[in-house]
Amino acid sequence: MAPPSSRRSGFSKKAQYSLFTGYLLAGAGAVVGLALLALSLWQPAAFAPLRGVASDVMAPAGASSAVARAETQGLFHGIAGYFNAGYQNAQLRREMEVVRIRLAEAEAVKAENQRLKGLLALRDNETKPVAMARLVGSTATSGRRHAYINAGSNNGVQPGMPVLSERGVIGRVLETGRGSARVLLLTDSESVLPVRRATDNVIAFAEGRGDGLLRIRLVNLGVNPLKVGDMMVTSGAGGYYRAGVAVAVIAKITPDGGIARLVAEPAATGFVAIEPVAQPAAVAELAEPESTGPDAPAAASASASASPSPAPSSADE
Amino acid sequence: MERLDPRARSDIYGLRINRAPDPWRVRGVPYASIILGSLLPVLLIADLMPLVPSLGFLMLLGWRMVRPGLLPLWAGAPLGAVDDLVSGQPFGSAILLWSLAMIAIEVIETRFPWSGFWQDWFTAGTMAIIYWLGTLVFSGASITPELIAVAAPQALLSVLLYPITARMVAGLDRFRLARARKID
Repeated sequence: MAPPSSRRSGFSKKAQYSLFTGYLLAGAGAVVGLALLALSLWQPAAFAPLRGVASDVMAPAGASSAVARAETQGLFHGIAGYFNAGYQNAQLRREMEVVRIRLAEAEAVKAENQRLKGLLALRDNETKPVAMARLVGSTATSGRRHAYINAGSNNGVQPGMPVLSERGVIGRVLETGRGSARVLLLTDSESVLPVRRATDNVIAFAEGRGDGLLRIRLVNLGVNPLKVGDMMVTSGAGGYYRAGVAVAVIAKITPDGGIARLVAEPAATGFVAIEPVAQPAAVAELAEPESTGPDAPAAASASASASPSPAPSSADE
Repeated sequence: MERLDPRARSDIYGLRINRAPDPWRVRGVPYASIILGSLLPVLLIADLMPLVPSLGFLMLLGWRMVRPGLLPLWAGAPLGAVDDLVSGQPFGSAILLWSLAMIAIEVIETRFPWSGFWQDWFTAGTMAIIYWLGTLVFSGASITPELIAVAAPQALLSVLLYPITARMVAGLDRFRLARARKID
């Protein structure tokens, strides 16, 4: 089809001018876009209020679609379950044996832990979640991995707070609106989380790869002590997360650590708990030398995520 | 006449006598459908990887290709701003890329005024792949081989989805121009 003849200017001065104005406006749009893009790459938090309003508008619709999503996923899992029931049964039985042993070990460790804590006269204060929220949706089109939850600053959610599901870590609050917030998922390629092996004190950083897996980089290089199937938990370094929350399971060994699979997959998660920052004093202390702006936690998270190598090492000391 | 053939006095847009298209529908449907396309992937899944192509951009391409001259040349900037607010990209990336895409299509159309379905598909597919690369570069995420490998199906999907989008846009266009208003 040829374009409509009304869009050919011919000798009409008026048509020529309006065509030219169209190009001018579109060009101006592109230039403004470039400027805004440069600004938001330089200052990621600059447009947070605008995005907060947009996600507030979206959150109610997302909450209802999240219900449907959870139900359809249950349906698919149910159908898939019929196909590999026998194999799964045998596998579960094997796993059950192992888990029984592990449970017994955990009981022993727990008892010892209690005894030692009693000696130290320390009280393990339970962290209460700030809010419970539904995982409303995620940025499925972009290379960045963000998710939306339907709780915001009205519920007491602040940037930097850890977001956990019943299985483990989901991510960290990046920006808040009034009734919704944007979460940086662990698999985002800018996300770095200090972790340790659950059984001992092998410490490492879990970096997102952007493809749904985490790269585990050991801090102490040497002989790689990791094995496939090792559970990595948060180490509590950096002060955002409390220690000992499950993060990922090693799936493959690499020379400097491993590739790990998430324990808490956002796609299979309905509700999440937003917990307060574990060590606010430590976070403030770490944020101090780098930024003195009013939005210290946001800037700290941005700097910690923007430069993976220097910031976490300072967080680790 | 109506008794012989109930559709005698109507065409695909409905009855022709004392009916007129709804002015809100005529102007609003393209913009509403593109914005809905931007919102849809955010609402549908919460997943670990970039999976769905940018449906908003595909709708923009669809409207631009199926109905040339309907969207003004500068429409990419405001629609891109809406997309940026929800897509997770840094604010400004869609404003820039959508504006550039509109200008590029306009230039291509001036150069090759006669085009058929296959050429439209070729143009839209090329645009979609360049847009996919642009969003990866401007996303602020560090570009790893894994990220490219995981996002590759997105590029393929966005090319393959064009015929469906074009049909959908054609359907929406019929809805847009349906004579819904009664003139008394």
